[in-house]
Amino acid sequence: MSQLLPADPALTAPPPPVTPTPPVRAARRRGLSHQTRQAVAGSLFVLPFLVIVLLFLALPLGYAFWLSLHSESLVLGPHFSGLEQYKEAFTDPQFLTGLRRVILFGVIQIPIMLGLALAGALALDAINSRVAKVFRLVAFMPYAVPAVIGALMWGFLYSKTFGPFAGVSGLWGAAPVNFFGGSLLLVSLGNVVTWAWTGYNMIVLYSALQGVPREMYEAAVIDGASPVQIALRVKVPAIKPALSLAAIFTVIGTMQFFNEPAILARFAPDIDAGYTPNLYAYSQAFRFSAFSYSAAISFTLGLSVFVLSYLFVFVSRRRAARA
Amino acid sequence: MTQLTTTEAGRAGLRAAARPRGRRFGEPNTRLAHTVMGLGIVYFTIPLIWIVFAATKSQPDLLSTPALWFGNGFDLMANLRQLFSEDDGVYGRWLVNTALYSGASALGATSLCALAGYGLARFSFPGKRLIESGLLGMVMVPATALVLPTYLLLSRLELVNTIWAVILPSLLSPFGTYLIRVFVAESVPQELLDAARIDRAGEFRIFWRVVLPMMRPAIVTVFLITLVATWNNYFLPLVMLSDAKLYPLTVGLTTWFNTAQQEAGTRVLFNLVTTGALLAIIPLVVAFVFLQRFWRSGVSSGSLK
Repeated sequence: MSQLLPADPALTAPPPPVTPTPPVRAARRRGLSHQTRQAVAGSLFVLPFLVIVLLFLALPLGYAFWLSLHSESLVLGPHFSGLEQYKEAFTDPQFLTGLRRVILFGVIQIPIMLGLALAGALALDAINSRVAKVFRLVAFMPYAVPAVIGALMWGFLYSKTFGPFAGVSGLWGAAPVNFFGGSLLLVSLGNVVTWAWTGYNMIVLYSALQGVPREMYEAAVIDGASPVQIALRVKVPAIKPALSLAAIFTVIGTMQFFNEPAILARFAPDIDAGYTPNLYAYSQAFRFSAFSYSAAISFTLGLSVFVLSYLFVFVSRRRAARA
Repeated sequence: MTQLTTTEAGRAGLRAAARPRGRRFGEPNTRLAHTVMGLGIVYFTIPLIWIVFAATKSQPDLLSTPALWFGNGFDLMANLRQLFSEDDGVYGRWLVNTALYSGASALGATSLCALAGYGLARFSFPGKRLIESGLLGMVMVPATALVLPTYLLLSRLELVNTIWAVILPSLLSPFGTYLIRVFVAESVPQELLDAARIDRAGEFRIFWRVVLPMMRPAIVTVFLITLVATWNNYFLPLVMLSDAKLYPLTVGLTTWFNTAQQEAGTRVLFNLVTTGALLAIIPLVVAFVFLQRFWRSGVSSGSLK
């Protein structure tokens, strides 16, 4: 991507001066040209990684696609069925409900989470007190907690028997809050995800903010701009690339939504096998052995996420290049 | 501890409210920011504080005593003893499995990333441009979309339900390769490599003796990222493994939790789930606190270029 985000000083050293590579005599003496030797060495370095990419990325994707084009039936056995499975998926109410739910979830949760992360990052960038340091450390801690354990802990905290929150409404005589039912369920799930990922995104944005050169807003400070004005008019625009990438990765994560609903399903009977597309693909494969159908769902999901995010990056790159 | 922070945050909020509105130019509104940060600290620590208290309680206490305080008895030791003896001490195996899977995956993935990142940054060979432009795309393929087809492929090779089914797919880290490529391009000077070549050092020797020591910060970052990814992974081992002895902590604990929910207290398991969960997150949280610098540098390069 053309717009470089300044990385952390721990990772970047000053760039070396660019000089044309001098021809290496030692190589020539051995017969092979320097270029060929370099090409061979370079490909050997990359080869092991490529093998893994081929085996565990390209091959599974290709296989999922192949499977998705085939149906299995008792009479015919596996046979080519073209786009039949996709047609089925996009008319399958359970799949579509799950898909719509995840999109709704993302449309609401992602802006809230990134907004909180941005606010936290701006605060960290402006303030360097002990509280800020503790906050930075604590906010990032959930990143080290497995998603299933995060969901488990929140599940206990939400529950009427274990948790402190459901009974709070009893203080004014109301019935205990049911965090696992109705429209509150999606909010409860959103809170688990927000808890887990706000700190991570905050650190990403904070690191980007640290790379914004002071000169960019020194003039604004002298002109008497308020810190909030500086934050919104100078700092936020300066870290736009980091913000959009955080958004992409969050979208990719959201479309794969699985761990949190899978765990909370034990508390919340409303979470059925088709609650999210990924849960649906899993249950189709392992409950109903409908492997090719689940492959079609996986492939649809993966492909659409991939195409969307790639388009997004491509467009923003274009725009950045033109600007 | 929670109470302390809340009241402090509350007091700060009051002070902020009482302050006159006019501020000096250029001075951040620190009171407000500190209030918000205080609330944030409470929010992010509540589940962790809860799990610490919960791990000290017996199952009856877990159900009957206040969630964010100690129970009637202090049963941490009893819980730990039961944790490591339940189901013939299977929890210990899960712990070892998790360490093995994440250690092996992180080591393998980091090695592959280091080699490939260096190869891409400092050599030219046919197909290099294609791989480089493909890297970003690979980062964007949702990992869970790969799990089901990988399962089907590995089951043909009869590799499912073995440790390889978890370790091998975890070796894939396009992001790590990307990170190292950027790092090498920025901080391993070409002149140094040329000088080593004039001294007639072999390419791998150059990598091992010259490049690797210079890459150390990037390598630690990639190692940590891949370690956490495997340690915390749930979907992959859930799909790949059916033998409880091979489970990592995430899958093992959730099966216990499922049993506890289904049997509704006939087996004493909730206290094991909480104690086991606490023990499962301690290593990474501690590692994270001590290696904060590396995590942050990794995350910041995570904003890509």
